[in-house]
Amino acid sequence: MADVFSRWKEGLARTSQAAFGRLAGVFGATEIKAETWDELEALLIQADLGLETTAEVIDSLRAGVRTRGLRRAADLRALLEAELRARLDAPPALEFPARPTVILLVGVNGSGKTTTAAKLGRRFADEGRRVLLVAADTFRAAAVDQLQVWAERLGLPVVAGQMGADPGAAVFNGIQSAVAREMDVVLVDTAGRLHTRYNLMEELKKVHRVAGKALAGAPHAVWLVLDATTGQNALAQARAFKEAVGVTGVILAKLDTSARGGMAFAIRKELGLPILFAGLGEKPEDLTPFDPDAFVKGVLAD
Amino acid sequence: MFETLTGRLTQIFDQLRRRGKLSEADVDAAMREVRLALLEADVHYSVVKAFIARVRERAVGAEVSKALNPGQQVIKIVHEELIATLGEPAPLNLSGPKPRLLMLVGLQGSGKTTAAGKLARHLRQRGERVYLVAADPYRPAAVEQLRTLGAQLDLPVYFESGLQPPELTARAFDKAAKGGYTVVIVDTAGRSQLDEALMNELQAIVRRVPPSEVLLVVDAMIGQEALHVAEGFRQAVPLTGLMMTKMDGDARGGAAISIRAVTGVPIKFLGTGEKLDALEVYNPERLASRILGMGDVLGLIEKAEAAFDEQQARKQAERLSKGEFTLADWLEMMQSSKKMGPLSQMVEMLPGELGRAARNIDPREMERSVRHAEAIIRSMTPAERRNPDILNASRRRRIAAGSGTQVQDVNRLIKQFREVQRLMKTVQKTGGRNLTRLFG
Ligand SMILES: Nc1nc2c(ncn2[C@@H]2O[C@H](COP(=O)(O)OP(=O)(O)OP(=O)(O)O)[C@@H](O)[C@H]2O)c(=O)[nH]1
Ligand SMILES: Nc1nc2c(ncn2[C@@H]2O[C@H](COP(=O)(O)OP(=O)(O)O)[C@@H](O)[C@H]2O)c(=O)[nH]1
Ligand SMILES: [Mg+2]
Ligand SMILES: [Mg+2]
Repeated sequence: MADVFSRWKEGLARTSQAAFGRLAGVFGATEIKAETWDELEALLIQADLGLETTAEVIDSLRAGVRTRGLRRAADLRALLEAELRARLDAPPALEFPARPTVILLVGVNGSGKTTTAAKLGRRFADEGRRVLLVAADTFRAAAVDQLQVWAERLGLPVVAGQMGADPGAAVFNGIQSAVAREMDVVLVDTAGRLHTRYNLMEELKKVHRVAGKALAGAPHAVWLVLDATTGQNALAQARAFKEAVGVTGVILAKLDTSARGGMAFAIRKELGLPILFAGLGEKPEDLTPFDPDAFVKGVLAD
Repeated sequence: MFETLTGRLTQIFDQLRRRGKLSEADVDAAMREVRLALLEADVHYSVVKAFIARVRERAVGAEVSKALNPGQQVIKIVHEELIATLGEPAPLNLSGPKPRLLMLVGLQGSGKTTAAGKLARHLRQRGERVYLVAADPYRPAAVEQLRTLGAQLDLPVYFESGLQPPELTARAFDKAAKGGYTVVIVDTAGRSQLDEALMNELQAIVRRVPPSEVLLVVDAMIGQEALHVAEGFRQAVPLTGLMMTKMDGDARGGAAISIRAVTGVPIKFLGTGEKLDALEVYNPERLASRILGMGDVLGLIEKAEAAFDEQQARKQAERLSKGEFTLADWLEMMQSSKKMGPLSQMVEMLPGELGRAARNIDPREMERSVRHAEAIIRSMTPAERRNPDILNASRRRRIAAGSGTQVQDVNRLIKQFREVQRLMKTVQKTGGRNLTRLFG
């Protein structure tokens, strides 16, 4: 736990170098003034919360200030933190309903799927589970090699697809092999694809179906890996992937960078998807369960 | 939200319904909408603020041209300012002694390695002899990724394990010089601008071999952080240009404006796909329209003005605004749309969601179905065109026979018409009154 917390802190320490006294501007003043609200809006929009969420948060804070008769800007800060925190949930306990439990990682190009597959593999293996990785990105140059290198470093078995071949075949073989070898978890790394590409989304649906043919009930979870640097497009991505393959949870990668990841709020609200993990670096250990308190602090960090 | 910028502006100004100069109140109302549009497109908050102030100054008191309504006039000004802010596309700087060093930098996963492959292909086509350098020893299989692209292009890729990127780049440069290569493209590892050690590494590379070009590669989907990212890279290395990748998606790419604002470097290329030929030279008008979420609305407005009989369009618009849209209107629209040019070309210009949806349709298929639709509507009596509810089975049979189609075709058309009618109503509600958005 201490470890988890220090990681968040490390991540946040970096983040804090980027922004200079953002909160000082908002809460430095002693009284709540008209400008306080403008500055608050600026702060939230700059953290990628988007117009709608920002407006909702501000409306709710205004109401709070009114009903409680608050005057001091300092009181607003606690209110803001509580408001943002209330819009997020702690991640639900992970379930491994089957043996093997098949988890599909999906997302747009370059969001962090392959690295996340490695991180999750390490994590589940550390928990004593037998993990198999499936390299089903048969499209991008050396994507299979990328996951193979991770598998080797982590000492995990991997089933790799043939470059240029049908990704469904790799998934089928991977799951079959996992069943034969009595694995607990299968992590499937898929090729990145923009959610607007009809053919590629159809291909992903097919991969999903093939998983179910290899093992009834699979995939048991579909996790969307989102780059925390993403702006307003994140919601469209999440919506499209959810519609296509029934995403069940979100992983926010690259939260160690200066990105705040504010679009998580809209995704939580509009799509009801839980945020499961946060990616906090490029090493296999740089993944922690999503911590809403730390996340809110990161959004507001100066 | 964006899709309706034109519509909302039009609505604001329709209430005023007058010509002459744009008043302060007009412009303020419009600027509120423009501001929302830019923020939705991920333009940085502070950059939006400055931009709006500039446009506002120019728009207040501007003469409204006869051909345009005030809403269109404001859009035109906004659009022009955006184009000016985005700037002209600039070519690669390939002057100076050979070989020239071209370096790609950016965040993790932004598209640098792919861009290296694309630029290598592009430059080779222009007769350059290209040498690739894999200067990302960190990410697993990053070198292998570039090697694969090099093999596809039949171009050499330099890498030596154990060497740090600055040393590696210097050696690669010497080899390229000896081998008579004219361009050296260096693919660097992804990094956050906050990572001091890795930013120092970039500086060390630049000190060892001064590059002709340092391109910042940025994902079009990036949010507000684009400003700080660009600022961080600019402080570390002498950026010479920007490449926006993943433009084949539906992200509006407002980051381009923020980055231009803090770095001043020109936009040089756009990446529009995963394959190596998906490289485009950027066009300011198109990008401006995209950021505003309007498709090529101006082009569409121009064409519409030329093709539509103003009087007729207005009559139609008025009926529409009362929620009356008949098959006869639809027929007229289809005919006017044909005057505007081939449908495939129109589709290119449709804004946002509609355009995206439409691009999935085969234009030839679309033209065929428009011809069918026309024939069917022409075979109806005026009463039927006004009120398709009276179309019973025998009427439908008569119409099918008259238009040389099947009863199913007639049924389908009626169904489609209901859809369009419903769409018209929604557009109406959201304030969109732009008839030209509804072709097909
Ligand atoms: N759709 C689309 N995908 C792209 C484009 N450019 C790159 N990609 C994809 O984005 C992903 C990341 O691209 P890379 O070229 O590996 O990015 P990078 O910046 O070298 O990544 P790192 O080296 O890991 O930091 C890959 O899946 C590419 O295929 C583009 O213009 N459009
Ligand atoms: N800083 C940081 N970089 C990450 C993180 N996750 C992935 N990356 C990097 O982002 C880039 C793209 O990741 P990758 O796993 O290849 O993405 P994929 O294309 O979705 O499979 C790589 O350079 C990764 O090292 C993270 O949590 N933090
Ligand atoms: Mg990958
Ligand atoms: Mg790379």
